[in-house]
Amino acid sequence: MDLKRMGNQTVVFANPPIILSSYSVVGPKEGQGPLGKTFDHIWKDGLDGEKSWEVAESKMLQEAMQGAINQAQVPPDQIDFMLAGDLLDQIISSSFAARQMALPFIGLYGACSTMALSMAVGSMLIDGGFARHVLAGVSSHHDTAERQFRAPTEQGTQRAMSAQWTVTGAGGVLLGGSGTGPRITAVTIGRVVDYAEKDAGNMGSAMAPAVADTILNHFNDLQRQAADYDLIVSGDLGAVGLALAAEVLKQSGLDMGTRFTDCGIMIFDASQDVHAGASGCGCSSVVFAGDIMQRIKAGELKRVLLVGSGALHSPTSSLQGESIPGIGHAVVIEA
Amino acid sequence: MAKQTLRKPTIAVTPQDYKTLVQQYTPKPTILKNVLRAFGVGGVICAIGQVIINLFVLGGLTGIEASTAATATMIFLGALLTGLGIYDEIGKFAGAGSIVPVTGFANSIVAPAMEFKREGYVLGVGAKLFTVAGPVLVYGITTSIVVGIAYFLLH
Repeated sequence: MDLKRMGNQTVVFANPPIILSSYSVVGPKEGQGPLGKTFDHIWKDGLDGEKSWEVAESKMLQEAMQGAINQAQVPPDQIDFMLAGDLLDQIISSSFAARQMALPFIGLYGACSTMALSMAVGSMLIDGGFARHVLAGVSSHHDTAERQFRAPTEQGTQRAMSAQWTVTGAGGVLLGGSGTGPRITAVTIGRVVDYAEKDAGNMGSAMAPAVADTILNHFNDLQRQAADYDLIVSGDLGAVGLALAAEVLKQSGLDMGTRFTDCGIMIFDASQDVHAGASGCGCSSVVFAGDIMQRIKAGELKRVLLVGSGALHSPTSSLQGESIPGIGHAVVIEA
Repeated sequence: MAKQTLRKPTIAVTPQDYKTLVQQYTPKPTILKNVLRAFGVGGVICAIGQVIINLFVLGGLTGIEASTAATATMIFLGALLTGLGIYDEIGKFAGAGSIVPVTGFANSIVAPAMEFKREGYVLGVGAKLFTVAGPVLVYGITTSIVVGIAYFLLH
């Protein structure tokens, strides 16, 4: 049997799945950011008339998923799987959105790396011949994440300069085995890497070694280097994590050059007071579904490496003094 | 297609070295700015409290009565500003300056009350009301009991 594998961790597709459509929904703060024009729908507030932020987040994810389906004009009976994940306990945003979508559903949890993870798994399902179309998407919401991971939202506290701001946003993509659009040519599934960082107010530093590990293995597996990509973009390392990942890779013999950036840095600008940048599943999903997809379609980017970054801790593990395990999943998208 | 290589690629930074890197790359807290803001805002809150005490005294209350009434008023103001969504903005600016005064205590009770109302009045508001202030109460009251016993024994 001819395995579609290269090296240690990378899968190379025989028939690269196609990203038929992408749709992004964000909250008002994200809409005011530098990428505001690239999103499909900007909510006026974080509740959108719902009774709780949790319900609103699920609705946002459902909207992103439906938006991707509508854009591709693929009938629902030809979509064989819905893959989704989010940050809330028992990934309720995804399951509750799936309840409305009535598609065979696989819930995924890779923390903030889930967008890249869902695209990777979805591509494998399609190239493996298990699906014609796969709907993949994730969500995060600033207020649901705050109350689950940190403090009540009206609590008057100061955030650390290294802290990141959870994005309110949901992004969805529809992958297919045939059609036109950017292709997913390879994916590198990351290992869980834990460098004993414990500060939940400095998540980028906890995830940077995992992202560096995945990039290092990706390049080694495919015998590529940074210059082979027009853009290498991590999910939500933020300013601190991105600098650390670049430094770790440099010390490991890889010069990342100037095309290495981070969705968490792109989505907000300095005036928005988010400290080290953005975080959350929604961050990489809306930046990818919006800005990056548009630049690929415009011909500006030919080959992109999206490395979703996730911090696999929970409030309980942090309270019990455990360190924060990180993970990075890499997806290669080519025009 | 399947070209198998031995596992080797591992990042060439040890966890020990990484700790140093993290310290180097993490922005330092702006301590002087934070201290000055905390001092200023904390001072203003206390000055407002003093004005209210003086007004109550002018209104005819005794010193202790005026202090108690002023404390209640400040708690009300802290709760009101939390409810209006203003206190968290003050807290973001002032840090300890708005956490330490009694208005900060009010904020730490009202914020969870607002937050968890959606989970119901019993297991939401009732159970989560003291998530922030609870530790302060537990150790504050414990300490006051210890001090009280010591005071009793020494006199």
